[in-house]
Amino acid sequence: MIALFLREIRLALRHPGDSLAAVLFFVLVCALFPFGVGPAPDLLARIAPGALLAAALLAALLPLDRLFGAEAEDGSLDQLLLSGLSPAAVAFAKAAGHWVTTGVPLLAAAPVAAALLNLPVEAWGVAVAALGLATLVLSLLGSAGAALTLGARRGGVLLPLLVLPLAIPALIFGAAAIEAAAGGLSARPFLFLLGALLALSAVLSPLAAGAALRAE
Amino acid sequence: MSALENGPPLITPGRPGPSAPPLVSARNLALLRGERLVFAGLSFAVPEGGALLLTGANGAGKSSLLRCLAGLLPPLEGELLWRGEDALADRAAHALRIRYAGHAEALKPSLTVAENIAFWARLWGGDWRAALAAVALDTLADLPARVLSSGQRRRLALARLLLGEPLLWLLDEPTVGLDAASVARLGAMLAAHRAKGGAVIAATHLPLPLPGAEELAL
Repeated sequence: MIALFLREIRLALRHPGDSLAAVLFFVLVCALFPFGVGPAPDLLARIAPGALLAAALLAALLPLDRLFGAEAEDGSLDQLLLSGLSPAAVAFAKAAGHWVTTGVPLLAAAPVAAALLNLPVEAWGVAVAALGLATLVLSLLGSAGAALTLGARRGGVLLPLLVLPLAIPALIFGAAAIEAAAGGLSARPFLFLLGALLALSAVLSPLAAGAALRAE
Repeated sequence: MSALENGPPLITPGRPGPSAPPLVSARNLALLRGERLVFAGLSFAVPEGGALLLTGANGAGKSSLLRCLAGLLPPLEGELLWRGEDALADRAAHALRIRYAGHAEALKPSLTVAENIAFWARLWGGDWRAALAAVALDTLADLPARVLSSGQRRRLALARLLLGEPLLWLLDEPTVGLDAASVARLGAMLAAHRAKGGAVIAATHLPLPLPGAEELAL
């Protein structure tokens, strides 16, 4: 499983375009908000938590439809399913790889996006923590969605329709954590709730993805 | 469909005595793809050291049968046995005792030849350098797989057969794109594998150096 995870990282380093596209999408969406709602600092700061989370989740969704699609097309998926690894372990390694190659670059870009949205500097740390947990949840849910839609005729369209509704709790708790930090309150309860979501996703998503891969 | 369907098991010359169950066998196997019955009532057996050549027109079900034998497609009905026991009862164990070389080469173009094969060696074990040498790709180990010719890509895919210790090789058109020297090298690999007690089931339209192989026409 570690070998597969490391290969994902190596492949992403050889083709950084997908990670870069997700980061640019994230920053650009955050940059669009001041144009849409006006440059009033208070208004921007008020919508910043939700906008940050929504933009990050959408950006992390971009490379998900290729998560198993590329492996299926070049025959690697068959070999992975015959590698002795359980399909759930394959899915977990792919989800972890997706997070490191997409979620982590988004975290690196979070301060830029937070500045564009006029998020108070004292909330940036919590914003990074909330984004980290939420994108982890999305990578796990997304791996299940990508496995379920693998081979579907409109898989690229189906995937967000399947995954985004499931990611709503992560969006709510993440945005609430950032809002609490920006308002000088403790963000811990919301981060713990995100952690609970992550624990649930880490157990259930690979199992669902593995079952879908086995049935593929 | 073959004359073997519903018939007695086909036994090719092998090592164990006549009373030993064959390495792999199928009884009345049927497979459905989509809404189409690909084949039904298929029976065969391959002992250790044996070989079975699948022949038939395009779409006859050769590739589907190989995928079914690998455990990638569930049979609609019938039994797939490994030494007389249900082969698919433990899919993870079955996966490790077979090696499947399908149409797609399962290579990552941006990784080097060495990185491609070393990844699979980490999963299955075995000496990837020796595997590369066996298919005469050791001198190209540092090249990205994207610059390989189609024949070289096929050779790199076939090098995976030599990793780990799978007893049954399932080969789908293994000689496509190979030159005469590469076919001869594959022949040597097949012979060495069978001499060690391994078995081979191959689907091909091209000549394959598999002496003594039984033929199953689909």
